[in-house]
Amino acid sequence: MNLRRDVFQAIADPTRRAILLLVASQSMTAGVIAANFDTARPTVSKHLQILTECELLKQEQNGREIYYHINAKKMKDVADFIEPFRKMWDDRFNALETIMKNYKSK
Amino acid sequence: MELKTKINAENGAHDLFITREFDLPLELLFKAFAEPELVEQWMGTKVLKLEGKKHGSWQFETTDAKGNVVFKANGTIHEFSLNRKITRTFEMENAPFGVQLELLEFEKITDDTSKINMHIVYESAALRDQMLKLPFAQGINMAHNRLEQIVSKLK
Repeated sequence: MNLRRDVFQAIADPTRRAILLLVASQSMTAGVIAANFDTARPTVSKHLQILTECELLKQEQNGREIYYHINAKKMKDVADFIEPFRKMWDDRFNALETIMKNYKSK
Repeated sequence: MELKTKINAENGAHDLFITREFDLPLELLFKAFAEPELVEQWMGTKVLKLEGKKHGSWQFETTDAKGNVVFKANGTIHEFSLNRKITRTFEMENAPFGVQLELLEFEKITDDTSKINMHIVYESAALRDQMLKLPFAQGINMAHNRLEQIVSKLK
């Protein structure tokens, strides 16, 4: 639960969301990622560290370079967190529809 | 299968949107939100009070099989326009989630179909996400059980 909560803190930051969008298009090195932002390089490094700790990004050594990849599975977990809430409303609305159809036919 | 109930909740925002289309005429859809005995059935809660008017208020309470109160919520109604719009607040009692503003818009699609657009505004993005993540594991099971009871009665 704690780790999960950290994930949501991680994506609450606009720069980190922008990094995720960027890396989603293609794996890239920290240097290339940083070049896309006006933010200072150490700040971008800090963001990358947080995203990696939350497992939203994965590092892969390629020769002398470290490439950052999107962790698709973890990203899906994030998308899924709204699902129980959606399902709850869907269940309620399905009941509403059933009840009102019955009401109409009375 | 396309999902009937859609939620749009942007990351970091303090609000969200719920939309749903119904195979019901607009008047019946609105009635389900306005008549206390109908609200009780689909929300799976007891309606202690529901005043469908401007400056009105509402109170819901859910008890378990032993009669313990497991959920209690209340709010005030700011707008109540027949077959068009309900604006109300929502506050869960004894819970740290603050007050929500709920804007419900009802729309006719055809004579037999209609749509609801719910816009829910939370006090902060953090409160919204807490509200979404924490209480539902329990709440959903409760709602499920209630719904199964209701639906089995209808059959």
